[in-house]
Amino acid sequence: MTEPAFSLSGITKSFGGVRALVRGELELFAGEVTALVGENGAGKSTLVKIMTGVYQADSGAIRLNGQPVHIGSAAAANRLGISAIHQEPVVFDDLSVAENIFITARPRRHGMVDWAQMYSRAAGILAELDPGIDPKMLARELGVAQKHLIQIARALSNEARIVIMDEPTAALSHREVEELFQIVQRLKREGRAILFITHKFEEIFALAERYAVFRDGAAVGSGLVCETDRSSLISMMVGRTVDQVFPKQEVPIGAPLLQVEALSRGEEFADVSFTLNGGEILGVYGLVGAGRSEVMQAIFGLHRPDSGRIALRGETLNIRSPGEAIAKGIAYLPEDRQSQGGILSASIGENIVLPCLSGISHRGFVNRRDEQALATRFIGELQIKTSSASQLLEELSGGNQQKVIIAKWLATNPQVMIMDEPTKGIDIGAKTAVYRLMGELVAKGLGIIMVSSELPEIMGMADRILVMRRGRLRACFSRADATPERIVAAATDA
Amino acid sequence: MSKALSSNYTPGLPIAWKKILLKWETLLGLAVIADFGLNTYLSPYFLNPWTLSDASFNFTEQAIVALPMALLIIAGEIDISVGSTIALCSVAMGLAAKAGFATPWLVGLGIFTGFLAGCFNGFLVTRLRVPSIVATIGTLTLFRGIAYALVGNGVLKSYQPDFAYFGQGYVIGPVSFEVTLFAFLALVFAVALHKSVIGRRIFAIGANPVASRLSGIPVERYKFWIFALLGATAGLASILLTSRLGSTRPSIATGWELSIITMVILGGVSINGGQGSILGVVLAALFIGLVTFGLSLLNFPGIVLGIVTGTLLIGVVAISSALGQSGRRRRS
Amino acid sequence: MLKSLFLRAPAVTGLSLLIIALLLSVSIAFPPFLDPVNLKSAFDDTALLMMMAVGEMFVLLTRSVDLSVAANAALTGMVVALFNAKYPGAGILPVLLISLVMGSALGAFNGLLVWKLRIPSIVVTLGTLSVFRGLVYIISGGAWVNSGQMSHAFLNLVRLPLLGINLLSWAGVLVAILAFLFLRYSLTGRNLYAVGNNPEAAAYAGIDAGRLQCVAFMLSGAIAGLSGYFWVARFGVAYTDVASGFELQVIAACVIGGVSISGGAGGVVGVILGALFLGIIKNALPVVGISPFFQLFISGMVITVAVALNSGTQRKTHGRHILESSKVTP
Repeated sequence: MTEPAFSLSGITKSFGGVRALVRGELELFAGEVTALVGENGAGKSTLVKIMTGVYQADSGAIRLNGQPVHIGSAAAANRLGISAIHQEPVVFDDLSVAENIFITARPRRHGMVDWAQMYSRAAGILAELDPGIDPKMLARELGVAQKHLIQIARALSNEARIVIMDEPTAALSHREVEELFQIVQRLKREGRAILFITHKFEEIFALAERYAVFRDGAAVGSGLVCETDRSSLISMMVGRTVDQVFPKQEVPIGAPLLQVEALSRGEEFADVSFTLNGGEILGVYGLVGAGRSEVMQAIFGLHRPDSGRIALRGETLNIRSPGEAIAKGIAYLPEDRQSQGGILSASIGENIVLPCLSGISHRGFVNRRDEQALATRFIGELQIKTSSASQLLEELSGGNQQKVIIAKWLATNPQVMIMDEPTKGIDIGAKTAVYRLMGELVAKGLGIIMVSSELPEIMGMADRILVMRRGRLRACFSRADATPERIVAAATDA
Repeated sequence: MSKALSSNYTPGLPIAWKKILLKWETLLGLAVIADFGLNTYLSPYFLNPWTLSDASFNFTEQAIVALPMALLIIAGEIDISVGSTIALCSVAMGLAAKAGFATPWLVGLGIFTGFLAGCFNGFLVTRLRVPSIVATIGTLTLFRGIAYALVGNGVLKSYQPDFAYFGQGYVIGPVSFEVTLFAFLALVFAVALHKSVIGRRIFAIGANPVASRLSGIPVERYKFWIFALLGATAGLASILLTSRLGSTRPSIATGWELSIITMVILGGVSINGGQGSILGVVLAALFIGLVTFGLSLLNFPGIVLGIVTGTLLIGVVAISSALGQSGRRRRS
Repeated sequence: MLKSLFLRAPAVTGLSLLIIALLLSVSIAFPPFLDPVNLKSAFDDTALLMMMAVGEMFVLLTRSVDLSVAANAALTGMVVALFNAKYPGAGILPVLLISLVMGSALGAFNGLLVWKLRIPSIVVTLGTLSVFRGLVYIISGGAWVNSGQMSHAFLNLVRLPLLGINLLSWAGVLVAILAFLFLRYSLTGRNLYAVGNNPEAAAYAGIDAGRLQCVAFMLSGAIAGLSGYFWVARFGVAYTDVASGFELQVIAACVIGGVSISGGAGGVVGVILGALFLGIIKNALPVVGISPFFQLFISGMVITVAVALNSGTQRKTHGRHILESSKVTP
């Protein structure tokens, strides 16, 4: 057996007591693609950040061609020939395409940046990737897919021996994915070792020689792709059967609750129509950038739709702000709980009462006793692990933070709860708790719209599944009709 | 949401005591007392009620503007045009006085001019989305420029005798009108910020504007009205200052924005928004006032005070960022 | 041609057209404006503003702001004036050296606080602004240093005529050219843009944002220190309130010139134009016969309109944002 080009063993990493990586093990081989799979929160991105020098591991060994190395900074990672293509394109909008490509190694002559050489070398690399991109263009003029290409060009330019691709296909169209695959094949032929992180199994079998599975911060399996199959990968990833993870309750579906008709807004989405019934969990699936969150934000009054109609229990709504949406009984749990959901520096109680302050106040003054009572009630009902309601939100674990933010919306007594990626970045135990809670809510007659990028979650929890692609609704499956293949096909088929 | 230096561990004290001791307001309070003692030591006349009353005049006007400024900074914005707003209001009143308007009209006009100036700032920031520091650098020049354009290097001093009361009058004994007004306003602002729904929302807006907006708070509307309130309060301060000086020059209150902002930051309000208390601002104002007076007892001019306040400002934020950052650090 | 220019750099193109129009109309209507003495003086004024604005731009590029530039200039100017008064025979070289070293040391003090203690730059420089000014008073004892106490070499360096304009104006041009080359051809200069543009991406690329902020403050300080000497020499007097409030004009020149206050965008050309614009208005008004008391008003109008317009164009080019992102402490 050949020696790995790059290996990580026994890597651990904690953030303020939360263990993100317990046992990080990974081997990459020259000229081969290793697929890294795992659920959100499995520790993949932490691993990538350790490999690229953004974080330093608490313990463990890193070897490059058998030699122990220390990756003390991102600059050190560059020097060692480690290059990453991040999920969200990491580009500098106001710099030219060429400079973006050569950001870590601008060609120089006599110590001065050699622009002519930079432009010509960039043009050479871009000619193979996308001749339509002018190296002198500013990066802000590019689309998302082209920004990904910049990162790929970066890896090509600096002769990186280790190339990390973190879900590079998440925002790409079918054709763009094909092109990306060709580039990966080329990188392979050039003898580079590639780490390919993905959620899509077909990509693993199409591209990778090896796989590594992470779960809850630990490596739980690795080997040759040709010796495994989809179901064993899934069972390694999840570590339990689907029924255990998704405690789906059967709830009778009630009368139509929220009706959305022909909703359109600019280039974000067009002609979106659907109905949410009481007691129903409606799943909305799609790739990043498909326009799912934008539709939900329009329903919530954050942005006005250009046309279309929204009705709640048959009454047409004219919502101009989130405040009005909340008053009508619509709640929106945003995707990013730290930057959009809660106020980290405020207490649990202060967070929970924020949207319903007028309800617990008397003549404009906050009634502390009511606030305390409300917070204590939800801490009990949602089993939020905390010492008291006055503990700060930032001191809680991700799962408990999410529970607080759900509690904040429940405190407004909503009829419709829109949950945008409700379990993103929280551990399995907390996920199950959130799913249980969703079941309890619909049992009380609420309607839930669950926007999610995780297929198992959507299939495990939703009564019906809407699929969006490029701003339009492409398919609607009942729970019985939904198969992973059909859903993914509707979401990606170009 | 007070700014506790939470990671500083002092063993051997009950938790409640530690919390109180490490609170910024406590440290400020001790500093005020210490300086009070120092001033008493420096001058035998200091403890005279009339001396104390005199000492209060050099900071109350700025302290009054610091109150709404604290609200604005807590909400995540800043206004560096307040000094110019004061000048503009003073010029407006001076011209009106020259035209023969009576004192009540002048008072109304002063506050209203400030209110309009604040609305203009609020419009630039919330409607045109100019970053507040940039917008108010512009209006700082603009408002002062209008004041100069209207008066040139002239002096306006046709104020009626009764106008003098605001800046020179006393309510009871040595208790001046200015101090009484400041105490009243500080109480109102403290209750509004720390007890009311509005105050709660202001904190939320500063701490996380996106989450606040998603929680149904009309973020832009709140910011606009805080700008307007700050402008109106600057107008009020202008009345006091003009009345105390008895005349208007367009150069009046130059550089006040920096002293006022220093009071607010020294009072423990986070420049990043979302944290602070009115008590802290009041104590910081008292402290600066006492230090200024102490320096004048030692015959140092006001400019030397800048070294003290400047060092304090940096030192304070440095200490709190070095010690208390654990709670404020951005999560990865 | 013009259209594509407008699309690429709307602020710079619009501003240059405006300046040309302004110059033309003023010179046609009021020929005395073109009087060499007047032009020279206008150029000298603008050179000071230009130099300091270029220094400020370095700081603005990294998402910080330096409010202490004018106070730095006052303090350094006072120090060199006192030095010159005490050792008039030492010549001009030590004076230049002191002003550069002292200016950059004061800048480095700001920079280190921002870098190492992560204090917001506005707080740091608000504090140092007061401290520097106070120190001017302390070291001078509140007294003025007059031209009578300064040596000939000290006073006349800035007035040295060279190819029709004074050396001071040439210094402004030189600083601008050096800054241009630095920003375009040095790794540090390029990285200033990268850091301001996207600090997270810069971290991924191994660029240390804090260190670069410190470098920017040092450069800004060095230029401010040098300007401090020039200022004192040009006006022949050093006192506590030298260049008081000038920091705001400096920032205004940057903002008018299209430098983004949120970092990462802007260039030397824009800053020069911004400084020229303010300089021309300031120097044209007396010629045109408008009361000098209107100067501030017109500058204020221009600055306010410019910042409103600039933020408008920036908003458009930055693309649509679903939500304005939550505040991230730099």
